[in-house]
Amino acid sequence: MYLFIARRLFFAVLLLLAVSLVTYLLFSVLPVDPAALTCGKNCKPDLIAANRVRLGYDKPVLEQYWLFLKGIFVGRDYGMGQAAFSCPAPSLGYSFSQHQCVTTLIGKTFPVTAYLSLGAFVLWMLIGIGSGAVAALNKGKWQDRLANAFTAVGVSLPTFYVGLLVLFSVVIWLGILPFPHYASPFEDPIAFFQAMILPWLTLAVLSAASYTRLTRNGMLEAMNEDFVRLGVAKGLKRSVILRKYVLRSALVPIVTIAGLDFAALLGGAIITESVFTLPGMGKLSIRAVVESDLPVLVGTTMVAAVFIVLANVLVDILYGVLDPRVRTK
Amino acid sequence: MSVSTSPRVANAVETISIEGKSPRQLAWQRFRGDRLAIFAAGVIATYVFIAAFAPVICAVLGISPYRLDGAALNDFGLPKGSFGGVSSEHWLGVEPGTGRDILARLMYGARVSLLVGFLGTLFTTSLGIVIGVISGYKRGKVDAVIGRITDLTLAFPSLLLIIALTRPLTQRLESMGVPEGNPARIVYIILVLGLFGWVYVARVVRGQTLSLREREFVEAARASGAGTRRIVFKELMPNLWAPIIVIVTLSLPGYVATESTLSFLGLGMLPPSASWGAMLGDSVRYYRADPTYLFIPGIALIVLVLAFNVVGDAVRDALDPKADRQSL
Repeated sequence: MYLFIARRLFFAVLLLLAVSLVTYLLFSVLPVDPAALTCGKNCKPDLIAANRVRLGYDKPVLEQYWLFLKGIFVGRDYGMGQAAFSCPAPSLGYSFSQHQCVTTLIGKTFPVTAYLSLGAFVLWMLIGIGSGAVAALNKGKWQDRLANAFTAVGVSLPTFYVGLLVLFSVVIWLGILPFPHYASPFEDPIAFFQAMILPWLTLAVLSAASYTRLTRNGMLEAMNEDFVRLGVAKGLKRSVILRKYVLRSALVPIVTIAGLDFAALLGGAIITESVFTLPGMGKLSIRAVVESDLPVLVGTTMVAAVFIVLANVLVDILYGVLDPRVRTK
Repeated sequence: MSVSTSPRVANAVETISIEGKSPRQLAWQRFRGDRLAIFAAGVIATYVFIAAFAPVICAVLGISPYRLDGAALNDFGLPKGSFGGVSSEHWLGVEPGTGRDILARLMYGARVSLLVGFLGTLFTTSLGIVIGVISGYKRGKVDAVIGRITDLTLAFPSLLLIIALTRPLTQRLESMGVPEGNPARIVYIILVLGLFGWVYVARVVRGQTLSLREREFVEAARASGAGTRRIVFKELMPNLWAPIIVIVTLSLPGYVATESTLSFLGLGMLPPSASWGAMLGDSVRYYRADPTYLFIPGIALIVLVLAFNVVGDAVRDALDPKADRQSL
């Protein structure tokens, strides 16, 4: 088991190295001069040239990439003498448009994205698995049809549209909630919940849809399995069979997908954060796109990739814990 | 695959009223029995028809997606009258600020949205099928390399990259000779959807191919001297259609939604061209003064996307050979 985990982690690190190289090359071929963006419109050419040297953009791409990698482990210093500044490890570069280290920016915005993802995740698993189980237990009845319609609508609607409809109907037409204005949960918990409840619900309802279908189909499939028949033959209670045999076996594939979906959210829920103006990593990325802020783009892409790759490893390990058949192999 | 019978046998079969049916006929019969699916297919056909003949329909109705109509707007640039300026002249009202006819823009917008949906799906699925079949059929080193590329593709936050690369890559496409403006953007969206989307198709196809290639009929074909090309196209592909059709019908609405998301972020179609996404993004600015405008493109999109989902589900059920057994 430990050997399996070690091997998976080793490949995960290799994969991340590849991701970082591709990301770096991809963004470095863009027709954007990062040095020209370091100062405003009335910038003198010699200042641009000085900044180019200071930020290391005068070096060949592969050397820049090496400096970027090195910065992650030992931090990075820019310039010399009075104008020098440094980004301590783990440094992902320096944002010239926001005049801060990329790591600092990500550190500031990540908690917002994490709260958003976590709350939405809990809600969507509850809604998805709950409604899926109800649909499976009432196969063919109105509950099943309702769940099916919910799935079809939820899977296919664009997030921005649902988010805006929710925002308008609750905040503007009904006036139940004030316009979302993000606040830290430790400073103003009430404002925090008021700002988060709509994005949580939007993400949860949209994401829950596919889980409803997965749970329903998984449970119906499991009900025909031999091990369930064995449970019935043993004279186990119906509730025990449903919980420990049917639902559990239906949850195995769901855990895989849930882990990956959750990780993808942690990299920044771009659309949801934009619609509800939450200062998270998705918002940071979008701003970086608008301002052609390459270091921030490379940084957020890397962080998002780390989450996806780590989630893949975790999911593989969890698989063994949940499904005894995988463990013994 | 149809059962060939001599006339005498056919007569005998008729008299005892049992008909031999090919799997395809059975699937079609099951699909036809699903009234909701037939209705949904009709909805899709109507959309396609409207998109294809948008200029003709607009000419007949005397409306244009580009003509500015200041007379339909009040002093604040908002549509006159109730429900966003609905009148006998403008059936679905007019666009705030410009007075352009919304019905005409909706019909022209369907062209962009459907074009992106169909071409995007076609490109992504073809790419996925080719890579998936090669990966599953060749196995070994080829499969391992493709597997690593799959891992790499999946590790990227695709939406962020699609957004970040829109401007530079459309510029590059334009410099390569693709007509400037919307054509370049449409080509970009289709290419980039394929670049990130093939993985999901390839995974399914690879899995199917891996199990199919060990089956007796493939072995028989190989034993009788069939080449790789024949085995792939004549033996493997016909058996892959069922999962592929399902993927296609379910991914099409996803691409329409992606196009609208990009347009909403201002990275889709440029004005004055119409697309549903651009209309949604634009209507958001007038939600308070003109809520009708917010709902019209949204409802058009929801209906199409729901129709695709219903048809996709029905096709999957129809192609499932176990479907009839379960109901017994």
